Amino acid sequence: MTLLSVRHVRKSFGAHVVLEDLTMSVEAGQCVVLIGPSGSGKSTILRCLNLLEQVDDGQIVLSGDDITDPRVNADAVRARIGMVFQAYNLFPHMSVLDNVTLAPRRVHGIPAAQAREKAMAMLERVGLADKARARPDDLSGGQQQRVAIARALVNGPELMLLDEVTSALDPELVGEVLDLLVELKSEGMTMVLNTHEMGFAREVADTVCFLHDGRVHESGAPAQVLGDPVQPRTREFLRRVHG
Amino acid sequence: MTTGTDTPDPDGRGGSVLRAGSRLAGPQGWAPSALERERAAYRKRRSVRSLTVSALSTAVVAAVLVVLVTSAPGWPAVRHAYFSWDKAVASFPAVLDGLWLNIRIMAVCGVIIAVLGLLIAVGRTLRGPVAFPVRVLCTGYVDLFRGLPLLLVLLLLGYGMPALRLTGVPNSPLFWGGMALVLSYSAYVAEVFRAGIESVHPSQRAAARSLGLTYGKTLRHVVLPQAVRRVVPPLMNDLVSLQKDSGLVSILGVVDAIRAAQIETAIDFNYTPYVVAGLLFICLTIPMARLTDWVARRQGFQGAGGHL
Repeated sequence: MTLLSVRHVRKSFGAHVVLEDLTMSVEAGQCVVLIGPSGSGKSTILRCLNLLEQVDDGQIVLSGDDITDPRVNADAVRARIGMVFQAYNLFPHMSVLDNVTLAPRRVHGIPAAQAREKAMAMLERVGLADKARARPDDLSGGQQQRVAIARALVNGPELMLLDEVTSALDPELVGEVLDLLVELKSEGMTMVLNTHEMGFAREVADTVCFLHDGRVHESGAPAQVLGDPVQPRTREFLRRVHG
Repeated sequence: MTTGTDTPDPDGRGGSVLRAGSRLAGPQGWAPSALERERAAYRKRRSVRSLTVSALSTAVVAAVLVVLVTSAPGWPAVRHAYFSWDKAVASFPAVLDGLWLNIRIMAVCGVIIAVLGLLIAVGRTLRGPVAFPVRVLCTGYVDLFRGLPLLLVLLLLGYGMPALRLTGVPNSPLFWGGMALVLSYSAYVAEVFRAGIESVHPSQRAAARSLGLTYGKTLRHVVLPQAVRRVVPPLMNDLVSLQKDSGLVSILGVVDAIRAAQIETAIDFNYTPYVVAGLLFICLTIPMARLTDWVARRQGFQGAGGHL
């Protein structure tokens, strides 16, 4: 079943066209990894999928709903999609627990006690229940990113968008976040993510899309795209990434 | 002599040698090396020297000022007119009574100003074409009342509004004096709040919106709490300023500390009550100023972690 379908999406910022004509689809339970040079639109498409950016043209369909229709309630759509950012973007003025209970309480109207229970279960799951009372600033980068993942998951999203979630982390902390994502994937979560970790892409992806010039330049199974790319552009990019 | 030698250099060679040495000796048994003792002695000599220089120069300047003022031909008359102890004692109760009104004006207006200022700031930062009239209104308000001198607002409202003789409109000078303070100050305070709102990184809004929070809930739960916290020190600065500007309502005949002092001076043309009022205002603002410093320091310390 196709959960997400992106059709001919175009997005520009002023004269700068970031997404030219991007088409891709994601099956339920699948993990799609976007790779490509910086500026190729990997982050922009994720922001468009979450309606943080308005597309110039094209269509995004989530579980049969055209979410680019201006008549849909964007807030309700965002509540169905979890997003995790490169810089964690935790709310620094709230405890870890309050970060996670914010959406259940204020978006879904769940009573405080029940929201706490849900949030604690989620923090337990990412291994940070003992940090519930801490402030985000007191945590390591890897811990902050795990809290951000818990905050996104507690909404029970249909789809998770992960925007370079390990790029800001010290190398020794990358593993704890990637392990969590592998676990999520094994539980059947549908994910779209972009990353520079090619090893991780190979491990977790069902499909790898190479973005170039605002389009999906090449896509397929990770072994094919990363191991034996057809397009010269893809080959060149991978050569550069691997040094 | 090089100036760089008196600043400690933790990453310098001496420092790392020292730390390596201390680790060998263990945390308990650390004794400063000869190198460190020599540096400490040098730093101490430097600080003693600069302290002596600054203390001496302060004393000299103060002495010169005292001599200059007391040797002025009019000093005996001024001393009698401004620094009469008996007059100070006699006028103190009346001035203190007036100051109590200043404190009440400050407290009531302060609360109203904070609420109004925050509303205007939120109005100015609303996005989208729907909010255009609100933005224009709030911007116009700020432009108007930040541009008008407070004294002028006081005079216009204090004398103009009662003169209209509208039924239901209060004609108390205290009411219109307070109103003028509220109108003027809320324009300033709105700008302080706005600076705070705009200092919250857009990624915070993105994170909140991505969770499904509406624009309003994002503002309320994510943006405003951070914005307000950041602008507490400048807001307290405005409160200190309001504390003394509350004295301006005396121009409308309200008997606050300044007006009470004025009445006292009218008895015998001795201006000591003004000095008494001045000292009382200073006594009122100094604790506030220290509190502001303390809050700012505390925030600076917390902010050093950086979370953007």
